Amino acid sequence: MASERVSLHAASYRLAVTTRLSIALTVGSVAFIAALAALPAFATRDLIQDLIFVFYMLALAQCWNLLAGYAGLVSVGQQAFVGLGGYLLFALTIFGGLDPLLAIPLAGVIAALFAIPTGLVVFRFRGAYFAIGSWVVAEVYRLVFAQFKQLGGGTGTSLPPFVTNEIAGIEWVRALFDVRTPAARDIIGYWIALALAAGTIAAVYLVLRSRRGLALFAIRDQEATAESVGVDNVRTKLGVYVLTAAATGMIGALIYLQKARISPDAAFAVLDWTAYVILIVVIGGIGTLEGPVIGVIVFYLLQRYLADFGTWYLILLGVIAIAIMLFAPKGIWGYANERYGLELFPTRRRLVQS
Amino acid sequence: MLLQIKGLCKSFGSVVAADDLDVTVAPGEALGIIGPNGAGKTTLFNLIAGSLAPDRGEIRLNDRDITAASAHQRCKFGIGRSYQIPQPFESLTVFENLLVGAVHGRGLAERDAAAPCADILVHTGLIARADTPVRSLTLLERKRLEMARALATGPQLLLLDEIAGGLTEAECGALIETIRDVHAAGTAIVWIEHIVHALLAVVGRLIVLDFGRKVAEGVPRRVMASTEVRQIYIGIEA
Amino acid sequence: MVGLADTIIQGVLLGGLYALFAAGLSLTFGIMRLVNLAHGDLIVLAAFAILALATWLAVDPFVALLVALPLMFGVGLGLQHLLLNRTLGHGILPPLLVTFGLSIIIQNGLMQGFSADSQRLQAGAIETASVSLGGGITVGLMPLATFGSAVLVILGLNFLFYRTALGRAFRATSDDLEIAELMGIDHRRIFSLAMGVAMIVATIAALYLGMRANFDPTIGPARLLYAFEAVIIGGLGSFWGTLAGGVIIGLAQTIGAEINPEWQILAGHLAFLFVLVLRPRGLFPRALD
Repeated sequence: MASERVSLHAASYRLAVTTRLSIALTVGSVAFIAALAALPAFATRDLIQDLIFVFYMLALAQCWNLLAGYAGLVSVGQQAFVGLGGYLLFALTIFGGLDPLLAIPLAGVIAALFAIPTGLVVFRFRGAYFAIGSWVVAEVYRLVFAQFKQLGGGTGTSLPPFVTNEIAGIEWVRALFDVRTPAARDIIGYWIALALAAGTIAAVYLVLRSRRGLALFAIRDQEATAESVGVDNVRTKLGVYVLTAAATGMIGALIYLQKARISPDAAFAVLDWTAYVILIVVIGGIGTLEGPVIGVIVFYLLQRYLADFGTWYLILLGVIAIAIMLFAPKGIWGYANERYGLELFPTRRRLVQS
Repeated sequence: MLLQIKGLCKSFGSVVAADDLDVTVAPGEALGIIGPNGAGKTTLFNLIAGSLAPDRGEIRLNDRDITAASAHQRCKFGIGRSYQIPQPFESLTVFENLLVGAVHGRGLAERDAAAPCADILVHTGLIARADTPVRSLTLLERKRLEMARALATGPQLLLLDEIAGGLTEAECGALIETIRDVHAAGTAIVWIEHIVHALLAVVGRLIVLDFGRKVAEGVPRRVMASTEVRQIYIGIEA
Repeated sequence: MVGLADTIIQGVLLGGLYALFAAGLSLTFGIMRLVNLAHGDLIVLAAFAILALATWLAVDPFVALLVALPLMFGVGLGLQHLLLNRTLGHGILPPLLVTFGLSIIIQNGLMQGFSADSQRLQAGAIETASVSLGGGITVGLMPLATFGSAVLVILGLNFLFYRTALGRAFRATSDDLEIAELMGIDHRRIFSLAMGVAMIVATIAALYLGMRANFDPTIGPARLLYAFEAVIIGGLGSFWGTLAGGVIIGLAQTIGAEINPEWQILAGHLAFLFVLVLRPRGLFPRALD
């Protein structure tokens, strides 16, 4: 040890995170997103609609992954914020007369504000109680929104055509791509979905690269030790809860802008907005940024080719959920990462000698 | 006084783990705590570090009342601890384990934390393992990491819970060297240990706990020679 | 006054039904901390089993119950042995996702086998019979029988838990798995038996679920939430607490419905959140979580 002290000067060490490969991949991802943004010039309307679905499920999956995979908050109640965002979009555009492009970020802000008192309630619960408690809270949201008669009560309502047809930029898109109004609407929805998916991934990655990210890794591995080295666990978790609520609210607003019809049972559905999202995350690999991307592709392919089988398709999803958890709990990316040490979005802090 | 504990009480149902305890630690002091299993040693650490709340009593650090402070606040005030059974962040590397404490406990920016963390790794003999994931460490390395992680928070008071347990004689000797270095650098140490000779090589004062009570306190050699301690320790350490 | 007393009695009796939904969950959640999201669907599965047996054998639902009980015991045993035991010990996510999958499979399997149509167990005259309690208050025989069954089930579970060798093993595994192992208890076997017993209780609950109202393959998750609420309000591992929790949910729902029929379910959920914000570990916790 004495010789080490002589030969090594600690001050000559510095911290590094990125690798050459990861920087190349980041540049590649930006180029890929730019290419996706240009896709409406070539793609069919069917493909655009499918990709909207892929993007919003991916964004939801990234949010849930941050919550459960990093902050240890296994929520079964994220549908609360999807539904809230959807209803806020309807209320802000129909009664507030706002353009949907403005209503979506505003829905995110309001969802974050709702998340603070909601968080203070559900944070009384831990572990299994938190899961059930968050579900109950989402049910409360559903039942409360069913009370608003102006928004269709329990049966729901449709978005008036003027809201979607007069969305900002629609004339420009019509002219640019030489398409009719419904197709132009989809293209704008596609861009919003792409922006939300890319933005969510970027936001989650930036969080993980920050000091808060370090706290989250610590909490994920060992809560008591994290607290003992100065991590404020509750504040860190609440921060993640509010951040994901904001993102989930914006995604919900986009989903219901696209669907143009909302009802409490659909908007606050635990199956669509939480169970499938969990499945996506677990198939791809929980606690990794890459996992949800892979998971959503698998989920999309299953849905695309098997959804016609109806109940049998759903039974198959149930079987997959069970099989994944029993035989491959780390998911596809988890195994790739373990085997090949692959990291597209590196968060590993290395100590390098300069 | 660095640490001042007055009238501390804690019970779990009918089990009394701390019974009207008074303990003080001076800045830069090294205090040893011994006692049979279930004497309330680890509970005392949990109470000092803030992972348990006392039923009664007061804890002051640098004359500031921290009885109601949370564990992460106490870390920021200057209390670092190791766990009896190592509880590292398993999926992080050795360096990252230290980084969490340097950033959150000591309040450094990540960029500025690299050098002090590297310094601690050099001193605790872990520098060669800096970028190794913790799950591939040996027991000795894990024990060292427990201490290194606590040191990274920049503590004035370091709580070591049976850090020598389960080590070979040679490993134990190396660990004692490291703890002496830490103490020599000015950090006050409170050390719970069953391996008494290791303890006696470092501490200047000894407290004996039994059933949550302080049964003896003073200069180590005299305390170990007292009849009360001999009665408790017959068969444990000849 | 009569109106209020009537509301309270109806609420308490409704609580009996929720306690029946919850009692089996209380046992399994208390012993192995298993978050079984398929519990509601398993009750619905039991209701369909009784229905199928009653139709096939052309017997009363009560007789069909006697055949369904051992069947569902076997289902519980097999499910725990083959599947659920393998999800325990790695945090909350594995049981959560596996029982979510199970829930989807049961719902859609029933949909495939019985269609989405509403069903009902025909119990004959008892369905509409009522007794007068004096003072102008009458209660239906069916709600009364439900509540009586709930009390009997709780008594039975308490007897099993505190007075039998199996109960001792249940308690030991609930308190400390490692020590139970050292005592020579095979916790996997104990867990399987616990799930078997839980399914017996779920089948009794299914009988009343099916006789009191229409049911279809999709109603499981809502019952699951009421059941979990009752268990959590009552406190981990306390059967009487579970009954109290059921009664609190039942009362809140009945009073809520009295104020506005649309507020029934909402009032139950709010009561749950209210109790839990005040007492995060429930009212009468026996075991430590």
